[in-house]
Amino acid sequence: MSTPTEMPVKSVAVQTHTEKISLSSAFKMRLRKLREHPLGLVGLLLLLLLAGFCFIGPYFYHTDQTYVNLADAALPPNSEHPLGTDANGFDALGRLMKGGQVSLEIGLLAAVTATVLGTLYGTIAGLAKGVLDGAMMRLVDIFLSVPFLFVVLILSARFSASTVSLGLVIGAFSWLVPARLVRGEVLTLRVREFVLAARVMGASRRRLILTHLIPNALGVIIVNITFQVADAILIVATLGFLGFGLSYPATDWGGQLSNGATYISDGYWWLVYPVGACIILTVLALNLLGESLREMFGRQTS
Amino acid sequence: MAWYVLRRLAISLLVLIGISAVVYFLLYFVQGSPGRAVLGQRASPEAVAAFNSEHGFDRPVLEQYFSYLGQLLHGNLGYSYKLNESVATLLQQNAGRSAMLSLAALVLALAIAVPLGIWQAVKRNSIVDHAATAGSYTLYATPQFLLGLVLIALFSQAIPLFPSQASQSSSAWVVFTDPRAMALPVITIALTSIAVFSRYQRTATLDQLGQDYVKVARAKGLPERLVLTRHLLRNSCQPLITVVGLSVPALLAGNLIAETVFNYSGLGLLFLNSLQREDYPVLLAYTLIVGTLTVLGNLIADVALAITDPRIELSA
Repeated sequence: MSTPTEMPVKSVAVQTHTEKISLSSAFKMRLRKLREHPLGLVGLLLLLLLAGFCFIGPYFYHTDQTYVNLADAALPPNSEHPLGTDANGFDALGRLMKGGQVSLEIGLLAAVTATVLGTLYGTIAGLAKGVLDGAMMRLVDIFLSVPFLFVVLILSARFSASTVSLGLVIGAFSWLVPARLVRGEVLTLRVREFVLAARVMGASRRRLILTHLIPNALGVIIVNITFQVADAILIVATLGFLGFGLSYPATDWGGQLSNGATYISDGYWWLVYPVGACIILTVLALNLLGESLREMFGRQTS
Repeated sequence: MAWYVLRRLAISLLVLIGISAVVYFLLYFVQGSPGRAVLGQRASPEAVAAFNSEHGFDRPVLEQYFSYLGQLLHGNLGYSYKLNESVATLLQQNAGRSAMLSLAALVLALAIAVPLGIWQAVKRNSIVDHAATAGSYTLYATPQFLLGLVLIALFSQAIPLFPSQASQSSSAWVVFTDPRAMALPVITIALTSIAVFSRYQRTATLDQLGQDYVKVARAKGLPERLVLTRHLLRNSCQPLITVVGLSVPALLAGNLIAETVFNYSGLGLLFLNSLQREDYPVLLAYTLIVGTLTVLGNLIADVALAITDPRIELSA
């Protein structure tokens, strides 16, 4: 599984066909730029580390996450269970990996859904201009004022939550910011020479959008994806805490944290602080990376 | 100015109608049969149908929406069949307590974030600045309920300074009458806002510090303290006004979480309990109120911006 950030960075290099640089050298250039942003690099490494821990970790650290084992319930950290066990006797370290997979998957799915919807919507609005653009953007204004957390809560209370449904629901209500950003980009891009040239040459609207507008707006889109993943992970954690997250035996970091929190006054710290730290580190890493990417792409366009 | 406010009001009204439509239709399709929800799983289909037709739930959805909208304009927020109480009464019982919680948190957040942001900008790239930046990034990355739980673990259990529960008194003024019991909930909501506000304040102050009027004020020998308070403060607060206006939904979401963590009965807890009861009239009304407050927050921020900065062109 590649990280959410490495993947789009590569595709920028593929799509920048205005400059004729080979794929690998363009990618290296990009990486070299990231080196000027040590905090962004720290974020990226942290993210790779966390993703590796969640997705590769279980191959080296085998635990049983299916069958309840009450004989071993709520053990403090020991040589057999480095992070102890939870109230169902699940090994906490293994559960951390499993929950992390789900949290990262939901975050990524939500971000991709939101970005695809928002990019298409924003591109169409930006190209349409006039009445249609105005109407489409007023609709965005309306949806932006609809309280996100409350609506997502209502939806996840009604439908049984799964990784896919949570990702889609969160994504379906966070496409507004990318839609606005992409529309702004398209508005400035549409009057640039290369877009005009493509139009004069008779490029279809589809071609215009897919090969000229979206690739050039990718910087904005990628930066937004990193923030979206971070926000989605926080939202999922909150849903889990309020009791509307995934149901047993599925688990995510938010659900684990709220389970652990019920035992916090019993002194079961190992069920609270490791998973709390994982959430904070992931969101922190994504935000650091996002900030650096924004600066990188910002400098490029100016 | 009056013209600008009127225009903004008209646009806000349109957005509000849009919000009501979005939320109404969403809840309509999510909730299924209201009769079934009220009468329970064992009720006969005839009873459910009778309930639905008696309360007009069998009409076409558009007709229901417009009649709801008409009732809203008459100040009728609906009726909670589960609690046998009008939604307006339910909201009223809790609104004051929630509003005080939000306001106290907002005031505390501003009182800390504004000086902090200015101080960070003045001492930019110092250890203090970096530490504060690291702090605000970490706070921003922390789920709010975890923040609340950590505060309880630290200041209620490890060092027993504050109670772990919010005040259970039914008065709206508990923030003043029982400040010790309200300290942790208020701080929980405020901390997240401080993380956001101080970042904006720092950036805005940095922009202003390079301006000529600051140089002039310094050159004429004005003490640095006066340069900052008399000249810089007002100008550097501009972006924050917008951010505060936009933070209404975050504040109310913060209420929801703080009220849950600290068991403080307010609108957030009412929403959550209604969610478990599948009490859709309450959910609908509260979601609409949050949407309305969001629009109002934006409107007030824009007008406040226009008042504090005469240079802004009022072209809606």
